[in-house]
Amino acid sequence: MIEVKNLTKKFGDFFAVDDVSFHVKKGEIFAFLGPNGAGKSTTIKMLTTLLHPTSGGIRINQHDPVTEPDEVRRSFGIIFQDPSLDDELTAWENMEFHGVLYDVPDKLRGERIEQLLKFVELWDRKDNLVKEFSGGMKRRLEIARGLLHHPKIIFLDEPTLGLDPQTRNHMWTYLRDLNEKEGTTIFFTTHYMEEADKIAERIAIIDHGKIVATGTSAELKEQTKTESLEDAFLALTGKTIREEAAGPNDFMRMARRQWTKKR
Amino acid sequence: MKKIYILWLRQLKRYLRSRSRIVGSLAQPLLFLVALGYGLGPVFSKAGQGNYIDFLAPGIVGMSIIFTAIFSGIEIIWDKQFGFLKEVMVAPVSRLNIMIGRTLGGGTVATIQGIIVMLISLVFGFRPTSLLGAIAVIPVMFLVAILFTAIGTIIASLLDDMQGFQLIMNFLVMPLFFLSGALFPLQGLPQALLIVASLDPLSYGIDAFRVLLAGSGHFGLGVDILVLGVITAIFLWLGSYFFKRIQI
Ligand SMILES: Nc1ncnc2c1ncn2[C@@H]1O[C@H](COP(=O)(O)OP(=O)(O)OP(=O)(O)O)[C@@H](O)[C@H]1O
Ligand SMILES: [Mg+2]
Repeated sequence: MIEVKNLTKKFGDFFAVDDVSFHVKKGEIFAFLGPNGAGKSTTIKMLTTLLHPTSGGIRINQHDPVTEPDEVRRSFGIIFQDPSLDDELTAWENMEFHGVLYDVPDKLRGERIEQLLKFVELWDRKDNLVKEFSGGMKRRLEIARGLLHHPKIIFLDEPTLGLDPQTRNHMWTYLRDLNEKEGTTIFFTTHYMEEADKIAERIAIIDHGKIVATGTSAELKEQTKTESLEDAFLALTGKTIREEAAGPNDFMRMARRQWTKKR
Repeated sequence: MKKIYILWLRQLKRYLRSRSRIVGSLAQPLLFLVALGYGLGPVFSKAGQGNYIDFLAPGIVGMSIIFTAIFSGIEIIWDKQFGFLKEVMVAPVSRLNIMIGRTLGGGTVATIQGIIVMLISLVFGFRPTSLLGAIAVIPVMFLVAILFTAIGTIIASLLDDMQGFQLIMNFLVMPLFFLSGALFPLQGLPQALLIVASLDPLSYGIDAFRVLLAGSGHFGLGVDILVLGVITAIFLWLGSYFFKRIQI
């Protein structure tokens, strides 16, 4: 479903993603783990047609994101790491907008929007502008929106960031269900190791733009002779805190970059 | 089709919901109407040019359209910074259709703004020569609005943040406005200035407004529409080219 060969992305002289290869089978739940700034989001952006790779090949549902972007776009749904809602629209309007862009037929769209907004417990707030929402509510809305068109592949970039344990649990139950019933392929990143341990069938660990290990949670633990996935992760990626650690959020990072650039 | 409609609708909703933006963007045209209309009116009629308000109002309508339209185009930078552009860019919609939806939306918003300014100028003594002209001017306003929204879009796809905004205002929008014959007649202008004005697409827009609203123009309505149509087509095409290249 997802095939990546020798994928590289350079920003200037800097290798954000460096010769990465992996594949994800249809119906698989795959976790992509790595410290801040490892290149996870950059990889996802290339897989989802937002960024062009510097070199290397990608196949999403048998299509190339660079040459056949529309086919690729029809195959996936994505929940971004940073906000991507329109604050000036209501929750319902954000959903409606998405449903129309993804050709969800009228009647089905109405039903699914209701079902999903109820699922993330925002149905009674559906006519409120998104700018009046709390961070967690926005996050829930983004998740509901990403699931609206029942894609073949779902990319989730730190979907559970800032969510309470109840909501996290709730969300993963739903996603697993979708995975079982519809065979949806799930590709996600997270910094919660127990989440990856519990949910992912296979895991890839990336650091400094390179994949350092791939396998099931058990295999990674065995390979590093550790007891938990967290220890395995630390053994593979070292204990130093990354430069990016201050804000696990592109938005803040961007703001900081501009701030430092100005001076 | 439905996708273009929903993109258009979004622009319109955003506009209608920001009351402060509507009011704020009316302040400037109002100021021009009062200060110039009353201030230069007597001089203008002494020079035998007739009623200045009737001459000025189409120019100020043009001003509000160019400002609103370019701003609507530039709004993409906001979408980039607040992240919403990602949502649009991963959707299975051709970039051309995204561009069309947005541009029609921005164009509609700018046209509404132009109509409001036209109505406000009535309060200051502006009288269109005919009702028919005042209605026929609306599609022309829309054409001008589309043109400048497309220009705004091109600028926005080349910039990453709003830091260049002031530069664009001072070196593009202001000159386009002041050199367009919005405030002064093109007849009898020094040759050099006339050439510059003839290169400014806004001149043709305002000239067309003036033909329809005040009954006389410099280039003639046929030339105006032809020039506007061709330039709009070129910029729409350019706009979708640049839009396609946006990476986030
Ligand atoms: N547009 C860009 N221009 C320059 N450098 C960039 C750009 N986007 C990302 N980078 C850099 O590429 C590296 C990888 O970033 P990426 O966002 O992929 O990390 P990540 O693994 O998602 O980290 P996190 O866990 O913090 O989300 C970082 O060092 C980042 O600063
Ligand atoms: Mg990231």
